[in-house]
Amino acid sequence: MFAKSLSLSLMLSELRVMFTRRRTWAMLAAIALIPILLAVAVALTSDQLAPGEGPPFLDRVTQNGLFTGFTATLLALPLFLPLTMAVVAGDTIAGEASLGTLRYLLIAPVGRLRLLVVKYLGTIVFALAGTFTLMLAGGIIGAILFPIGPVTLLSGDQISLAESIGRMALVAVYTAISMSGLLAIGLFVSTLTTVPVGAMAATVVLAGVSQILDNLPQLSWLHEWLFTHYWLSFADLLRQPIELGSFASNSLLQLGYIAVFGALAYSRFTTKDILS
Amino acid sequence: MPQSLELAIKTSSLTKQFGSQKAVSSIDLSVPKGSVFGFLGPNGSGKTTTIRMILGLAAASKGEIELLGHPIPKELEHALPKVGALVEGPAFYPYMSGRNNLIRIDSADRNSTASTRKKRVDAALERVGLTNAAKKKVHAYSLGMKQRLGLANALLKPREILILDEPTNGLDPQGTREVRNLIRSLAAEGITIFVSSHLLSEIEQLCSHLAVMTAGKIVAQGSLAELRNESQTRLVLKADRIDELVDLLKTQGLTKLSLKPDRVVVPVPSDFDVASLNQLLVKKKFMVSEIRLEQPSLEEYFVNLTGEGFEVVR
Ligand SMILES: Nc1ncnc2c1ncn2[C@@H]1O[C@H](COP(=O)(O)OP(=O)(O)O)[C@@H](O)[C@H]1O
Ligand SMILES: [Mg+2]
Repeated sequence: MFAKSLSLSLMLSELRVMFTRRRTWAMLAAIALIPILLAVAVALTSDQLAPGEGPPFLDRVTQNGLFTGFTATLLALPLFLPLTMAVVAGDTIAGEASLGTLRYLLIAPVGRLRLLVVKYLGTIVFALAGTFTLMLAGGIIGAILFPIGPVTLLSGDQISLAESIGRMALVAVYTAISMSGLLAIGLFVSTLTTVPVGAMAATVVLAGVSQILDNLPQLSWLHEWLFTHYWLSFADLLRQPIELGSFASNSLLQLGYIAVFGALAYSRFTTKDILS
Repeated sequence: MPQSLELAIKTSSLTKQFGSQKAVSSIDLSVPKGSVFGFLGPNGSGKTTTIRMILGLAAASKGEIELLGHPIPKELEHALPKVGALVEGPAFYPYMSGRNNLIRIDSADRNSTASTRKKRVDAALERVGLTNAAKKKVHAYSLGMKQRLGLANALLKPREILILDEPTNGLDPQGTREVRNLIRSLAAEGITIFVSSHLLSEIEQLCSHLAVMTAGKIVAQGSLAELRNESQTRLVLKADRIDELVDLLKTQGLTKLSLKPDRVVVPVPSDFDVASLNQLLVKKKFMVSEIRLEQPSLEEYFVNLTGEGFEVVR
C-alpha cells in the first residue's frame, strides 16, 4: 500500500509533465479538429452527397449528429491517431534521455522498471484522452450542426440517446485499447535511442507497415496477429445486440503485444548504459 | 571490511571500455568519509565516465565499486537515496519552472516523503539563491542558474555524500566563488564531497584529498599533504665560480644537477640541510647570492603528470 501510494505520486508527476507540455494540448486540439472539419464539410455539402458515397457512416452523419464521432474515428485510425501515439510513446524514454533528465530520474532513484511502467501508463492515459477528445468533439459538433436523437445502428435497430452515448464511450475505450499495442512498441523503440524523433518516426512507420501487411491477401495467415488488425472492428460495437467478439480478440492481441514489447523494453532498458 | 567502511567511495580495478578504447582503465579510488575529494583531470580523461559507473548509470566493464559501503550495482537502490549528484551538467524540463522541476525529480524518488516535499524544495532553492527565480521556466535560466538548480536538486534531502561533476562549469568568477563557499559549508556539516574538475585552481583551496586522472588512469592520489610531499624538492643555488661549485656539489653527493645560465638546480630530499651546505660554501669562499629549497606548486606537479595545454589527450 505504502509503495503503491508513492508510485501514485510519480504517476501524477508524469501526467503533470505530459500535460504541462504545449505539444500534448496541440495534439489533442488537432484530434478534436478532425470531427469538426468532417462535420463542417458534410454540413456544407450534404445536398450533393449520394447515400453510401465517401467513407462508411458518412451519410448517416446528416441524419444523426452522434455519428460524427464514429466517422471521425474511422478517418483518424489509419494515420493521424497512430501518429500522435507514436509521438507520445517514442518520447517516453528517448525524450528524457535527450533532455538529460533521465540520468537525474535514475539517480533520484526512480528505479528503472518503475519508470518504465509509469511511462507506459502515461501513454495509455494520453490514448484515452485522445480517443475521448475525438468522441466528445464529434458529439458536440454533431449536436450543433445536425439533428440528434435515438441512433439507428448498422443492424437497423434503434437505441436510445443515453445508450448511444454509452456506445460512444465504449468505442473510445476500444480505440484506446487498439492503440495500446502500438504504444508498447513505441516504448520499446524509445529505449533504443536518445533521439526521440527517431523513435517516433520508427513507431509510426511500423503502424503503417502493419496496416499494409493487413491488406495483402497473400499474407492472410498473418493478419490476425497484426496489431492493427482489429482497429476498424469497433463497428461491431454498433450492432444490436452488441457484438463483443472483436473487443475480446482485440484486447487479447493487444495484451500479447504489451507483454512481448514490454518485456523487450524491460530487458533493454534495465541493462542499458545511460550515457546522455 | 572495516577499512572500506571508512571509505565513502572505493573502486578496485574499475574499467570502462567503449569499443576498443578504455575510457577508464583499472582505477582504484579511495575516497575517505568526510573528505573533500578533488577528482582532477583534463577533458576526456574519464571523470564523467567514472562518476556514471559509481552512480549505476553505466555498467563497469571490469572491477568493483562500493558506494557508502554498498556494492554497486547490486545495492544501488540502498545507496542512492544518501547521494546527491550533479553529472555532466544540469538537465531539466525547459517548459517547467525551476521549482516544478525539483518537485518532479523528488516525486521520482520512492523514498522521499511527499508531505515535506514543498518545504524541502523551497529550502534547497533558498540555499542556492534561486528563490526569486523559482517560478520562472527553466528555458529562461542562464547556464549559471541551471547549474545552481542542479545543485539544489542534489540538496533536496540530507545526504551523506555529494558527487559533483564539474559544478563550476559555466559560472562566472562570482558564481564560482559562491559554489565554493556552498561546498565548504556542506563539508563543514560533515558531508563527504567528491568534486571533479579540469582546473586545479578551481578546487585546490577546497580539497583535502586529490586524485589526478589522465587518459583513463589515475596517476596520483592522496591527501593534499601527501601529494605535496611526493613532488620533488629542489635546491636552487646562485653563486660565482660555477665550475668549481659543480665539483664541490658532486663531492656532497649532489650529482643530478642541472645548470641554468645563472644558477644551479638540484633535486634533494625534502629534509636537506641547507644551512650546513651554506656554511661549507662560505668556508670555501664562494660568493653566494641565493640559496634556497623550492617546492614545486601543485599546479606544476599537475601539469607534469597530465601534460600541458588545451589539447585533448585522445
Ligand atoms: N558514449 C560514449 N561512447 C564512446 N566513447 C565515449 C562515450 N562517452 C565518453 N567517451 C569517451 O570516453 C573518454 C572519457 O570521457 P569522459 O568520461 O566524458 O571524460 P571527462 O569527463 O574527464 O571529460 C573520452 O575519450 C570520450 O571520448
Ligand atoms: Mg566530464
